[in-house]
This record gives sequence, structure tokens and C-alpha cells, in this order.
Amino acid sequence: MRAQAKLGLVLLLTPLLLWLTLLIFIPHVDMLLVSLRERVSAGVYRTSLANYWAFLSEPLYLRTFMRTAVMSTLATVITLLIGFPVSYYIAKIARGRVQSALFLLCLVPFWVSELVRTFGWMILLRETGIISNLLQFLGLVEGPVEMLYNDAAIMVGLVYTSMLFMVVPLVTTLQTLPDEVVEAGYDLGGNSFSVLREIIIPHATPGIVSGCIVVFMLSLGNYLTPIMLGGKDSLWFTELIYSQFIVRFNWELGAAFGFMLLLLSSAIVWGMLKLTGQSLERTVG
Amino acid sequence: MKLQTTAACSAVALSFCVAVAPATADTLRLLTWGGYAPDDVIAQFEEETGHTVEVTTSNNEEMIAKLRATGGGGFDLAQPSQDRIAGPQEEFGIYKPIDMSQIDTALFIPSMLEATKGNTTVGGDVYGVPHIWGTSGLVVDTANAPSVKDYTDLCNDDVAGKVSYRLKRPTLIGFAFAMGMDPFAAYSDEAAYTEMMEKVEAKLIECKANVKTYWDGSDQLIGLMRSGEAVAAMAWDAGGWKLNADNPDINFIAPTSGALGWIDTFALPAKGKADEAAYAWINFVMKPEIAAKITESSSYFTASKGADELVNEEQKARFQASFPPEAIDNIKWYPTVPTGLEVIEGGVLDRVKAAN
Repeated sequence: MRAQAKLGLVLLLTPLLLWLTLLIFIPHVDMLLVSLRERVSAGVYRTSLANYWAFLSEPLYLRTFMRTAVMSTLATVITLLIGFPVSYYIAKIARGRVQSALFLLCLVPFWVSELVRTFGWMILLRETGIISNLLQFLGLVEGPVEMLYNDAAIMVGLVYTSMLFMVVPLVTTLQTLPDEVVEAGYDLGGNSFSVLREIIIPHATPGIVSGCIVVFMLSLGNYLTPIMLGGKDSLWFTELIYSQFIVRFNWELGAAFGFMLLLLSSAIVWGMLKLTGQSLERTVG
Repeated sequence: MKLQTTAACSAVALSFCVAVAPATADTLRLLTWGGYAPDDVIAQFEEETGHTVEVTTSNNEEMIAKLRATGGGGFDLAQPSQDRIAGPQEEFGIYKPIDMSQIDTALFIPSMLEATKGNTTVGGDVYGVPHIWGTSGLVVDTANAPSVKDYTDLCNDDVAGKVSYRLKRPTLIGFAFAMGMDPFAAYSDEAAYTEMMEKVEAKLIECKANVKTYWDGSDQLIGLMRSGEAVAAMAWDAGGWKLNADNPDINFIAPTSGALGWIDTFALPAKGKADEAAYAWINFVMKPEIAAKITESSSYFTASKGADELVNEEQKARFQASFPPEAIDNIKWYPTVPTGLEVIEGGVLDRVKAAN
């Protein structure tokens, strides 16, 4: 009996283990080895930390990383601010079919690819685009307005792209909050603000934290949105990695960048969890 | 039947499929640029030879990166520019030598064939034969940007905010020429080249305020120019002629400091499996009537001898308008890029992109 259970466990775990080793672990080990190589001349390499030193000593790379991290944090905060009321409405106020319909509406944009969604924003925001023409038609502005190719456009794209990943965990946690608890809060003399602060937010914390982690990581690792919407000032850390790998044929530095991104983003998430007094165990478990 | 095989291939591991595939591979996996393999040409080739063609469009950097990742596998024929073959071949060994006896050399313009062979020779073997050539220069809306005559004119005040170019090496080279320097002469001298690129970097950073956006793909550029969002851009001649067909004000002009000439080649990836089909494709598309077809659909000119006479008058007129004889003599052809230059240029491009 026990042997059978063991076999079952092994069989069930196999796909996961295969997935982890073949697609995550082995490529990362390979990347690590590549990142520790230094090109001496054509086809000759030696092991060194030169690539990591290049990352730390060139202010451009660090600045780009900081810029990417700050923008991603901002995108996470904005997504949370927009996503929370939406999720609260879906989970607590809407009922029955309206609830499912609203939830489905959040999903609909994700039925098309990210590329198409981003193109949609380009059509709206560009100088000869819909919004610019509408504003001119209404007489609000004279001459075309360019809304594309700046940081605000990147932000719009990032928030739009990550909204679903904030709404889903929030709706799930908010649905488990019994209505009676909220009512009791009002009965005990609380106002809307104190009920929100003392009851709803503490209950939704695991959802908020996991949503924020996912959105932050997705924004940090996003490539398409910043490139397409950001134009000439879009420099994003993933673009640096891409250009090292593809344009400069410098896989060594690109791999080092990849690892720094992994390390630094993990450090930022860990720091945020510490700062807000949360732990990953409580969020996940 | 074909569909079922493909489905089976994706279901089972790929290695099994390779084993059961017939010995004479008849699928030509072509790694090329957009517009180089028009659908009607492919259809005619498939009908005449029985081979099938799978096209993947790409650019120079991605071609090299893709082939490097697989050690030269995954494709049977690639089309990198002639100046980008020798360097990557020395460093990564991603191509195999071309067997010139398999190629009908009479189909090629002799001077272009010899020049390409010379530039793509590594260790006595030839790695490339020419296919399509063209230049990069300026595409200008002459009604709205009459002042733009050279690359550096893109920084003029009267076109502020309405300029676009690629943040790639042709821009660096073009600006260097327009600033009175000769980057090709400095190719072999890293210190001199670095110094030159620093000057170009300063100029490009100063010029950044003028730029609407840096374009990436030719469709994006055409969109920008056609909508009037940009009035002057650095671009390929074919893009300019395409726009000229819709709007006569927009045309390609050869900059006063000289257009930059490139030749895209045929090169065989080291682990290509369908050499026979690859040679058949080369000899097929170099036939004058086929080459003329490609020119008409994509506006690019080919290295096929006699093909330009078969091209329609409209196309010829556009070419002559952009290239008076003295402009043709002034074309700066790219010499082979030595390894290591990309790193210098990469740093410059990163800093320009990051500058405010």
C-alpha cells in the first residue's frame, strides 16, 4: 500500500520536476556559466567576474535598472489603486450574472495578444490617432497632440497589461470576506474609512501582496510595451538585455544582466515584504 | 497527409521526426528579409522544382544571433549583409563554404559577385554570393522639409520633432560621414574609431530633441512618413520609393556626403540540411525575369545581370531621380566589419538612448 502511494507521488511529481529541471534549472545554470565568461579574443574565453563588474561600474546600466524598478513600482501602485475598487465592486457589490459578466469583461482584453493590445494603444495615442483627432474635432486643442512616446504612455500600457493579475487575486480574497463582518463594523460605530482600514484591507492583504508581486515582476520583465509606447526615451532594462544578446553578440554581458535582474528584483520584493511586515508564507499559505 | 505529419511531429519529440524524414530533404528553410521572397516567386519555384519553401523574415543582428544559438542550424539558407559574414564566421563558425560550381555565375553582375566573394572570404573559402543591393540615405518630404540634404540636417531647427531614424550602426556611420570623418578608414584602428564614435555620440545626443521616435521596422517608418508625423528620416531607398508611389512629395534622396551601399547575400548555415534546394533557389531567383519580379514587388534592386532592363519604367524613373550619376559614384560601400566594433558602437547607442 505504502509503496503504491509512493509510486503515485513520484508519478505525480515527475512532470513538475521535469519542468523545473529542464526549463528553469538547467537553462539558468547555463546562463550563470555564460555570465562568468569573459571574451579575451575571437573564440577564446576565461572565467571572471568582469561582466558583473561592467554592470556595477557603468552608471548607465545601474541608472536604467533603477529607472525600470521605479517605473514598475509606480505601475504596481497605480494598478492597485485602480484594481482595488473594481475588485471590491465585483466581489461584494455585484451579484449573480452581473458579477460573472464583469469578471469576464476583465478577462476579455487578454484574449488578444499583448502585441495587438499595445498596437491598440498606439492607434489611440498617436499624433494622427483617435484621441488627438477627437480633441481637435471638439475644438479643445489646436493642431495635433502627440501622446505617444513618453513615460506616461508606457505607464498606461503597463497598467492596462497587468490589471487582470491584480484583479483576480483581489476578487478571490475579497469574496471570502463575510458580509456580516463588514456590517458588524458599521454597527460598532465605524465609518466607511475605518471599516476599510480596519476590516477590508487587513482581510485582503494576501491578495494585495500577491497581486503586487506579480504585477511588479511582470512590469519589470516587460519588453514589448515600453519599446512600442516609449519611443526614444523608453530605455527599459529588458531592452538592454535584448540588445546585448542580439545586437552586440555579447551573450556574456547579457547573461550577467539577466542574473542581476533576477537578483535585484528578488531583493526588491523581499525588501518590500519586510517593509510592510508581510511574509511570503502568509501570502501564499 | 502533410498536416498529419506535422501534428505528429509536434506531439512526439522532434528527433524522432528527423529520423523518419526522407533522405533528400525538400524543404528549404529560408532566413531572409521582408520582401526578398515574394509569394508568387515562391509558388513558381515550388512548382518548378518540387521543393517547398519556409520563409522566416529577420534582420542582420537577429540572423546572426539565431544561427549562433544553434551553431548554424535550423535554416538552410540565410541572407546576411556582405559586411556581416566574415566577422561572425571567424568568431562563431556559423556558415559553410559555398560550392561555386553549384552556382550559375553567369547570372550575376560580375563586379558585384567578385566584390562580395572578396569580402566574404575566410581562410580561402567563399561564404557569400550577392543577391539584393541598395543604399541607405534620407527619405524626405520635400514639401515640408526642404532643408534636409545630408544626415546632419536632420538636426536642423525647422524639422524639430519631426525626424526619425534607427538607433543602429548605419546611423552612426552616416553621421560620421556627414560630419566630415571617414569611419571606414578607421575600421581597423580601434582607438581612432572610438574617438570618432564619441564625436558622433555627442552630436546624436544634441540632436535627440529633434527626434520624434527611433524607428525599428520599415513598416513603422512608412507609417510615420505617410501620416506626416515625420517629415525626414534616415531609411533605405526602397522604403522611400514605396512612399513616393503614394505621395510624390516624399522621395529618397542620396545625402551629399554619400549614400551608404549594402549588399545582402546568400550564405549557407553550417548545419543546413537542404543544400541542393538552397542552390536551386539561388539559381532560380537570380534569373533576370525572376529578379525583375522581386524588384517590382519590393523596389529592391538585385545583383542579377540584365534584370534591371526588365524592370518597369516607373521604377527606373524613381531610381534615376534619386541617383544622378555623380550620386552613384559617391555611394559608400560597407567594408567588412571587424569583430569588436559592435561593442564600441553598442556602448554609444546605449548612451544615446539613455540620454535626456
